[in-house]
Amino acid sequence: MSAVASDTLTPTLSREREREPIAVPAPSLSRWRERAGVRAGVLLALIAVLLLAPLLNLVVPATSALHLSDYAIALIGKIMCYAICALAMDLIWGYTGILSLGHGVFFALGGYAMGMYLMRQIGRDGNYKSDLPDFMVFLDWKALPWHWSLSDSFGATLALIVLVPGLLAFVFGYFAFRSRIKGVYFSIITQAMTYATMLLFFRNETGFGGNNGFTDFKRILAIPIATPSTRMTLFVITGLTLIGFFLFARWLVGSKFGRVLQAIRDAESRVMFTGYDPLRYKLTIWVISAVMCGIAGALYVPQVGIINPSEMSPAASIEIAIWAAVGGRGTLIGPILGAFFVNGAKSMFTQLIPEFWLYFLGALFIAVTLFLPRGIVGLLRGKPREERA
Amino acid sequence: MQSHLSILRIAFALGVAGLASAAHALTADQVRAMAIGESETRSAAIAQAASSGDPKAPEFFQALLDDAVKTAGDKVFVVRDGKARDAASGAEGALPEGAEDVINSNRMRRELEGALASLKLLSPDAAQRAGAIREMRDSADESKLPLIEKALAAETDAKLKADLGLLRAAVLISSTDKAKRLDAARSLADSHSPATKTLLLERLKPDAETEADVRAQLQIALTAIESRLAWGERLGVVFTGASLGSILLLVALGLAITYGLMGVINMAHGELMMIGAYATYVVQNLFKAHLPGLFDWYMLAAIPASFLASALVGAAMERSVIRWLYGRPLETLLATWGISLVLMQTVRSIFGAQNVQVENPGWLSGGVDVLSNLTLPFNRIAIIGFAVLVLGGLAFMVARTRLGLFVRGVTQNRPMAACMGVNTARVDTYAFALGSGIAGLAGCALSQVGNVGPDLGQGYIVDSFMVVVLGGVGQLAGTVYAALGLGILNKLLEGWAGAVLAKIMVLVFIVVFIQKRPQGLFAMKGRSAEA
Amino acid sequence: MTPELMEAGARVREAALLKAQAGPGTSGGRAASYGRVVQSGELDVAHGPILYLEEITVSFDGFKALNELSLLIDAGELRCIIGPNGAGKTTMMDVITGKTRPDAGKAFFGSTIDLLRMRENEIASVGIGRKFQKPTVFEHLSVFQNLELALKDDRGVRSSMFFRLSGEQLDRIGAMLALIHLKDSAQRTAGLLSHGQKQWLEIGMLLMQEPRLLLLDEPVAGMSDEETERTGELFVSLAGKHSLVVVEHDMAFIERIARKVTVLHEGCVLAEGPMTQVQNDPKVIEVYLGR
Repeated sequence: MSAVASDTLTPTLSREREREPIAVPAPSLSRWRERAGVRAGVLLALIAVLLLAPLLNLVVPATSALHLSDYAIALIGKIMCYAICALAMDLIWGYTGILSLGHGVFFALGGYAMGMYLMRQIGRDGNYKSDLPDFMVFLDWKALPWHWSLSDSFGATLALIVLVPGLLAFVFGYFAFRSRIKGVYFSIITQAMTYATMLLFFRNETGFGGNNGFTDFKRILAIPIATPSTRMTLFVITGLTLIGFFLFARWLVGSKFGRVLQAIRDAESRVMFTGYDPLRYKLTIWVISAVMCGIAGALYVPQVGIINPSEMSPAASIEIAIWAAVGGRGTLIGPILGAFFVNGAKSMFTQLIPEFWLYFLGALFIAVTLFLPRGIVGLLRGKPREERA
Repeated sequence: MQSHLSILRIAFALGVAGLASAAHALTADQVRAMAIGESETRSAAIAQAASSGDPKAPEFFQALLDDAVKTAGDKVFVVRDGKARDAASGAEGALPEGAEDVINSNRMRRELEGALASLKLLSPDAAQRAGAIREMRDSADESKLPLIEKALAAETDAKLKADLGLLRAAVLISSTDKAKRLDAARSLADSHSPATKTLLLERLKPDAETEADVRAQLQIALTAIESRLAWGERLGVVFTGASLGSILLLVALGLAITYGLMGVINMAHGELMMIGAYATYVVQNLFKAHLPGLFDWYMLAAIPASFLASALVGAAMERSVIRWLYGRPLETLLATWGISLVLMQTVRSIFGAQNVQVENPGWLSGGVDVLSNLTLPFNRIAIIGFAVLVLGGLAFMVARTRLGLFVRGVTQNRPMAACMGVNTARVDTYAFALGSGIAGLAGCALSQVGNVGPDLGQGYIVDSFMVVVLGGVGQLAGTVYAALGLGILNKLLEGWAGAVLAKIMVLVFIVVFIQKRPQGLFAMKGRSAEA
Repeated sequence: MTPELMEAGARVREAALLKAQAGPGTSGGRAASYGRVVQSGELDVAHGPILYLEEITVSFDGFKALNELSLLIDAGELRCIIGPNGAGKTTMMDVITGKTRPDAGKAFFGSTIDLLRMRENEIASVGIGRKFQKPTVFEHLSVFQNLELALKDDRGVRSSMFFRLSGEQLDRIGAMLALIHLKDSAQRTAGLLSHGQKQWLEIGMLLMQEPRLLLLDEPVAGMSDEETERTGELFVSLAGKHSLVVVEHDMAFIERIARKVTVLHEGCVLAEGPMTQVQNDPKVIEVYLGR
């Protein structure tokens, strides 16, 4: 016994090592089935986004029962952007155990970056027929402020969409994680972060349109924005982005990096004593999720046509958390489904019985935390095989 | 020029006739002379009526200014609330057909106003005189000087005499006589009023006052006034800071119980406050409808009502939802957020989405004038006192009573407390209800100083949590210091950078502070705290 | 040339290689001369002690958990620490591993590595492994994944994203699984293991890090007799190449494995020496062992 012990710990030239069969993690049948299922699902989603949607919206005539209306396309596109946020939330909450109640700010920052570009694209077609956006003329400003200087270049805008949320996330996360703020305290501080930024953007002097924000977009890349073909293009891009992020997230959580994240969620002190620096891991996933939200926001704005500071409200960020919780934390597909479910319900309620929407949403929060800790996906999957014995 | 003459005429008449004479009604002739005819004759008549010191005269002047006087032939009527009275006798009568409005030119209006003011300045009632002095501050010019001199000579009240002196100096500051200006500058140094400061600043403008020694004197006066006013401003900031701090304290105390002692993150805390505020509204309405005579005392009923309402809702929340989530703070956070949405929507359905009116009872309206530029409103003073009382009561309850002991025991070691025979479930409910009830009291206090609407609580959620985070968990002292500190800090920064930037700076400060001291101001140290 | 001769020759060569490779292990070795270059970050035990604590003081809110504690562990030693509850045993481990900063004193790993300047993960990377009182494993990962995470390898973020198990690493994990008797449960979720199995998994994870100093806080608490015996054997076999500090209350276990025992009381060392000497020390009897 002790011979084996000392041998394994000091790799030597000894040929007396016992050759025992080693438990390599061979993919079991259920795992293989799951992988095949995911592959099929992704394929279906690709077909739906790339083929079905354009077909049903642009080719099939409006009178047919199969036609997908423009309204439906806009709605689904919007929900897909939300689904990206929910996915980002799953990465940091479901897998790393960090509940952020301020992710809306990254979504909004990406949206504002795109919004600035779209405002410049209006050119002289605004109400005041000036080079400056309408709200600046209204405020009696004579020139573009410095932070608008890059807003007429699409390339720079794309860079800003990634860099601005990323930078804010990096700075905030670095200081927060370094001081080991955890759990509920951290969530409250993210609330404060988004609340403070919202207040900042509400001021007219900040130069982001005040409480009206940006709207009335005309063009993107010199192509008119309100045409069915542009809308469909944006829709397809959003869908592909969502699928792309899903695959990326799957790769990420399947790697050792993902396992370290889960370890941090389960026992952070043990992770530290195993030699890992949790700060680096948390910061990395935090910035990744923030950039994902920023990109989602940038895709959201041209489809919805408006951005204002209420996207940064604490309430909006808390909703992102509930999408992930309803769908099922730590499953990746769950939060996407959760986003579709909750926002679909919201659309239905606000059209039919608006007074009951908040009752429903509130009840959803309560029901999910009390009765559905593993969300819808957890419910569908049932208890893990091992626990059933 | 004409108005100056008319005022001089009044002053002369007053000088001759002396001060207020015996009361008698205006004669029909006098009235007719003031309402009908040419401007000149009317002015003379007005001056005469003013100089006679007739107590009825101001009323008629006011009626003329309000365009409530009508003439029909020889008769003059005053029309108020649709009723017509004879101007001289005061008898009610029907307004004849074809009655004409009495039109007053701007000059006439000025004369009437001057006449009114001058009468008030010499009124037997000190309060009226004080009021007249205040009004004249903005409109004093050289023409009024003789009037002021006369009033000064006849004034008996020392304070009003001083005020009249300042008024005189304010007029003389722009006199053509340099000596008078110098004198005026010197005497203005004793002023307490911000209006004087503005006046001095005006005079110190490059082209206003040219003489160097007068300028020097003006500067001295300005510095004296500024330092006096500065104290007022500083105290004002401290007071508003303390007031905001006391409100934050009330809001955060309930949270200190539910989170600090029990570890429950209650995102519906703001809504519990809102329920307390609406309970106050309901009590107010009940009093208005059934006990209007006792309206001023509705607060006595509203305080327990708001406590009970919120405590009951809190107890219901605890029993139905929160008890299943102990030890899972993130889930509690989400569940209570859901409850807050439901509560807000319920209140909207019952009371409507608009803000509702809650009036201060009589003894809470108004304020005490501590300095000329500092008025401390009674309702805010009352809230500071109330917050201190609630804090004292809570501290006593937690430290000295059996319930407090049970709460502390259950929250520190539930299984052991249960083994000792403590009904932990009931203690949890009581503790949570207590925290919620205090939130209700905070809502009751807020209803007296702010708007009451369904989203009353939303504005305070972030602030109250910041107080708890900053103050540290487990001790009330931290909450107290954090609330007061944040309140005063916020107000100080507000004066400097504006409300929004101040709030942002406070939030950034808290985040930075937490870096250095993650456990807050007062923390529980040792291994047990990390459990 | 016969196979047996070849084997013998190989063994002799191996032994010579080992002797040449053997670093400055024991005091007085030839490497321990004045002309030696100190490598920063490298463990230097030329002068013997692998752990050196000097007058460590830790107080929580006025209560002195550690009161000028001084301790010296030689390289390759198996030291047992005993003492009543509240004596400061766990706090001492917290100080060594960087979880708690002492108010005063020095702590050195080898002669050159100042522990008080390093963070927990750095201390773990430099070769100190700790096992907690309460078994802490990663509950939602499988046993295999737990061990994989503990593998001594680059701890950086980027390398973890693109990490692939090499054949040799796989072998090592397999061997460890065999050692801790969890070969059949390799795919089981760690949270479903029994208490004793979790303890062993944690020990396994600790060993995967290839530490030079192991700090073991009540390693056999809650184990059956058989498991306790196996644990004892494992520790004895580890001593020599590794240094161990074992905190325990099970006197029978300590008698079996200990050579030198330190008794802590109220934050400082009360007695130190071989088990028999300590057992008969009147102070120790009064404070801890009882009459």
